[in-house]
Amino acid sequence: MNNNVKNSQYDAVPDLEGRFGSYGGRFVAETLMAALDELEALYNRLKSDESFQRELDADLAHYVGRPSPLYEAARWSDRIGGARIFLKREDLNHTGAHKVNNTVGQALLAKHMGKKRVIAETGAGQHGVATATIAARLGLECLVFMGEEDIRRQTLNVYRMKLLGAEVVPVTSGSRTLKDAMNEAMRDWVTNVDDTYYIIGTVAGPHPYPLLVRDFQCVIGREARAQSLAQTGRLPDALVACVGGGSNAIGLFHPFLEDESVAMYGVEAGGHGVSTHQHAAPLTAGTPGVLHGNRTYLMQDENGQIMHTHSVSAGLDYPGVGPEHSWLKDVGRVNYVVANDDEALKAFHTLTRVEGIMPALESSHALAYAEKLAAEMSPEQTIVVNLSGRGDKDIHTVAEIDGIQF
Amino acid sequence: MSRIAGRFQQLASEGRKALIPYIVVGDPTLKVTVPLMHSLVEHGADIIELGVPFSDPMSEGPVIQLAHERALAHGASLRDALEVVRQFREQDNETPVLLMGYANPVEHMGYAVFADAAAEVGVDALLTVDIPPEEVAQVNAQLHRVGMDNIFLVAPTTPDERIGRIVGQASGFVYYVAVKGVTGAGHLDVADVKSHLSRIREHSQLPLAVGFGIKDAASAAAVANVADGVVVGSALIHAMAEKLESGASEDEAANAAVQLLAEIRAGVDSAAS
Repeated sequence: MNNNVKNSQYDAVPDLEGRFGSYGGRFVAETLMAALDELEALYNRLKSDESFQRELDADLAHYVGRPSPLYEAARWSDRIGGARIFLKREDLNHTGAHKVNNTVGQALLAKHMGKKRVIAETGAGQHGVATATIAARLGLECLVFMGEEDIRRQTLNVYRMKLLGAEVVPVTSGSRTLKDAMNEAMRDWVTNVDDTYYIIGTVAGPHPYPLLVRDFQCVIGREARAQSLAQTGRLPDALVACVGGGSNAIGLFHPFLEDESVAMYGVEAGGHGVSTHQHAAPLTAGTPGVLHGNRTYLMQDENGQIMHTHSVSAGLDYPGVGPEHSWLKDVGRVNYVVANDDEALKAFHTLTRVEGIMPALESSHALAYAEKLAAEMSPEQTIVVNLSGRGDKDIHTVAEIDGIQF
Repeated sequence: MSRIAGRFQQLASEGRKALIPYIVVGDPTLKVTVPLMHSLVEHGADIIELGVPFSDPMSEGPVIQLAHERALAHGASLRDALEVVRQFREQDNETPVLLMGYANPVEHMGYAVFADAAAEVGVDALLTVDIPPEEVAQVNAQLHRVGMDNIFLVAPTTPDERIGRIVGQASGFVYYVAVKGVTGAGHLDVADVKSHLSRIREHSQLPLAVGFGIKDAASAAAVANVADGVVVGSALIHAMAEKLESGASEDEAANAAVQLLAEIRAGVDSAAS
């Protein structure tokens, strides 16, 4: 690891213009600039407001069900024969993934802004479900934009959103996946900016979204840090999380950034392999560019067109990544690696059979890499893996791959 | 004086308003684009706005999104946009041409490389939808080095204090977005447009063009009454796309757009002060 960045600098990003080094910023159409200024001002005021924090903490405790356990996967660790692996059980949150930490927070912002309508983009459907859930609870109109391809492979979550009263809008442009859903959500927002709050689901988008989504997800890492100290008497030696947009990863990593002894691994979706172009690993195989309101690593061709991506997991099937990850890659604090589709599927089956925990295919990428990493470490060492979501939603995908028809 | 400033000055001296058609480079094919530009000029275009195909045109409504997709289907890109302008300039060295697009293709080419190449082929200005004044310093340094204008958008949601900041970075003209929404959408409220234009005029002497939501001769005439220029995009592209869908040839489709432009020209001129 190089030491270009002093510890205190981790809290100094983003700067006032939303930049993480040369990444981040605010690259959107003029129509949205005033709304972003308004959101930024409100958030800056509320984040140090005690009553807002109390409201948020109460929701996280009593509605989401936090803290989530830090569970030692002892049987799995024994079979690997290396480091002790602990799972941060975000799959046990209400709605089954880490996404709800952020939607609860942003819904409170929407409420403070007096917005009656919320919109969201979704890939795997977890963020859409989390948004539809919180909209039902607050009585807000809710539209979720979802690529046609993702609607096909995540039928269960589509129906969940509809049961919760949300309208799911199929997106038929471009690659019909998460990136196109985000384009369409931006188009809706620019049209309905007066009465609509856009709940972005990951640490991407224009400033202040990468900042505020990070802040809402940092509860994962704060808990994991305290739980590690309480349960093992020390900090973990390594953290592992999957990275699509990167919100579960930044949530786990950020509270540990100044702990130099803790190594960090962000696992991108290798798809059919990074040499095939059939993947979703911009940090591993992409170059910096501008998409969806921020400058970050992207998968793009020689003309600057955004490339189609592939991952078995809809939630990682995205050609960009949160700008803070781009910065953390460049300064060398976090190692970004890949797990391919087949490795993730193998990890899905392994954890299900060995620990009785069915992980989301997104989280299975982190598990696949953790298994390799643990094997190279000693039993005195510990790894915390962010089990960012549960796998019920992926049963159809797994069955289809295994040649099973219901 | 830049071609754009010169064109607006000339129009003002004639008591006329600028008509600015928007088409996407390579829609439906690359060989149509240059002849279409010449036809648009013949039928009343004062400035041509060329859309640079992009995979993720976030500010576009369905009509222009599909135009980008048709262009991308055969790989049209920023390089092709520059080549189109080079060919156009072989016959027309008078009509200003501006490139409108998104940040990433320009950023990927490199701002300096782009500025040199664009100036060399005769591009007059750049409009990047997703580069607001907060992010524009590097781009503007390169555009100004080669004498190109940067066209900025002002929106109905832009507060007064931002207008000053935007026009401070702008040159050529200022583009007022007439509706909250994507291209081709919305109901145009001319009284509302007029009041926003007077807000902008308090901060800037630059000509003011209005786009988004202008569909025909009547709406163009109404806007021309209050603005210095009228931008028409989706309506022209829709006219082309409709022809293509009905099985007409590319030339027939292009002709449909040119005919509509001629009608809009008549509307604009009927309103001229």
